[in-house]
Amino acid sequence: MAEEENTYNRDSLKNTFIVAFLLCLVCSVVVSGMAAFLKPIQKYNKELDIKKNILTSAGLLVEGSDVGSQGESIEELFAEFQVRAIDLKTGEFVESVDVATYDPIKAARDPSVSVALSTDDDIATLRRLENTSLAYIKMKNGVLDKLVIPVRGYGLWGTLYGYLALEGNLQTISGLGFYQHKETPGLGGEVDNSKWKKSWQGVSLFAQGEPSVRLVKQRSTPGSTEAAYEVDALSGATFTTKGVENMINFWAGDLGFGPLIQKLREKNAGELAAAR
Amino acid sequence: MASQTEVLIDPIFNNNPIALQVLGICSALAVTISMSTTTVMCLAVLFVTTMSNLAVSLVRNYIPTNIRIIVQMTIIASLVIVVDQVLQAVAYDISKQLSVFVSLIITNCIVMGRAEAFAMQNGPWMSTLDGFGNALGYSVILIGVALVREPLGAGTLFGMEIIPTVANGGWYEPNGMFLLAPSAFFIIGFFIWAIRAWKTDQVEEEEFEIAPNIQYKEAA
Repeated sequence: MAEEENTYNRDSLKNTFIVAFLLCLVCSVVVSGMAAFLKPIQKYNKELDIKKNILTSAGLLVEGSDVGSQGESIEELFAEFQVRAIDLKTGEFVESVDVATYDPIKAARDPSVSVALSTDDDIATLRRLENTSLAYIKMKNGVLDKLVIPVRGYGLWGTLYGYLALEGNLQTISGLGFYQHKETPGLGGEVDNSKWKKSWQGVSLFAQGEPSVRLVKQRSTPGSTEAAYEVDALSGATFTTKGVENMINFWAGDLGFGPLIQKLREKNAGELAAAR
Repeated sequence: MASQTEVLIDPIFNNNPIALQVLGICSALAVTISMSTTTVMCLAVLFVTTMSNLAVSLVRNYIPTNIRIIVQMTIIASLVIVVDQVLQAVAYDISKQLSVFVSLIITNCIVMGRAEAFAMQNGPWMSTLDGFGNALGYSVILIGVALVREPLGAGTLFGMEIIPTVANGGWYEPNGMFLLAPSAFFIIGFFIWAIRAWKTDQVEEEEFEIAPNIQYKEAA
């Protein structure tokens, strides 16, 4: 050993390369091994998180917990939803898309499956809009019960990502929730405030076929036509408030899920007539 | 040569990495909004600092001097990625809240500072103790800051309400400033003040002396 140490020169060029090579080898094996080993659990977590966000916005989970009102698990509750890929232009279902792996947000960045929005149309500051998005549909006794659509739009510091849930009549909002945003804590960050989120329940979405939700400083007299479309603005967060308002109206509008909502409404009316 | 206990205990108050060396402030500002994120961050730093000190110390005699920083960085970065991957698998919610700050442990000066200053010169056992001790010192300050910020900023501790806030029908109006990063600066400042009032040998020497305030007599 002593002899070896005499001849061993750790600063030699040879040793430098050997150490660097061995280090890279060991580290990459450890890191990639770990990543490969944990991949299935991570994937499960991500999917569960999306499901949880959808259920929360639809108001199907007990607040602050992971279970429904009758103790159902997230998986059970989500099983009642059909996931559909939607052609945003026509509102038709797209059957060729695998909904389990499709990511609309990623698609919006790919020029071959998305369109650029003109400044006038782009009220939610998205820049590009995907051709196909996802919608979550819950039926109850053959009639539409809930429709959950993904929404996103620019607030003050960055894009807010969330889900908007509609009741089966496709007119009343049943909930709104964001799962990712960068707004200021305490000001725009209050989009996560459960009390404010609750104030979205029961708000009307469409006036004469146009999405007309407004976030206001002062609510109109209760009972008036305007009051049904109004939600309290967040104090100290003008840009966030404006962003949320534009986002809802964009995604429920003609460029967003408007055509789908129109289709579903016609189908609903048809089914009701048939039942009669 | 310092004793084992000294190596382990000293960084907690006598030679605290945040309070005395003022390292690792970035994450101390960012993750201390809530106790749960803080605890997870502290555990992550404990693991990374301890293991990186051990690993660097084990190979210290083979590391060529001219690439030693790169070697240390690679070891630290690998450990941090492992921690990040594990967090994503077992504590997905918290890893989402911590977001980029887990990966930023790589650039936490404490981790690399200990590897370069201690583990390169000392044996594996002492280096492990040193890494653990320094991470403990970091954790003590972080948890202290979070203990102030979360209750005052949101009225909660570990997400459970401890002060009833006005929004939930109580009496406490949460102070939003405590949710913003600057508040941690003040709190860390107060901690440093408190520690130095207690351990006066940490007080730095004055760089200059203020001249005494002399009243000049009016010229007769």
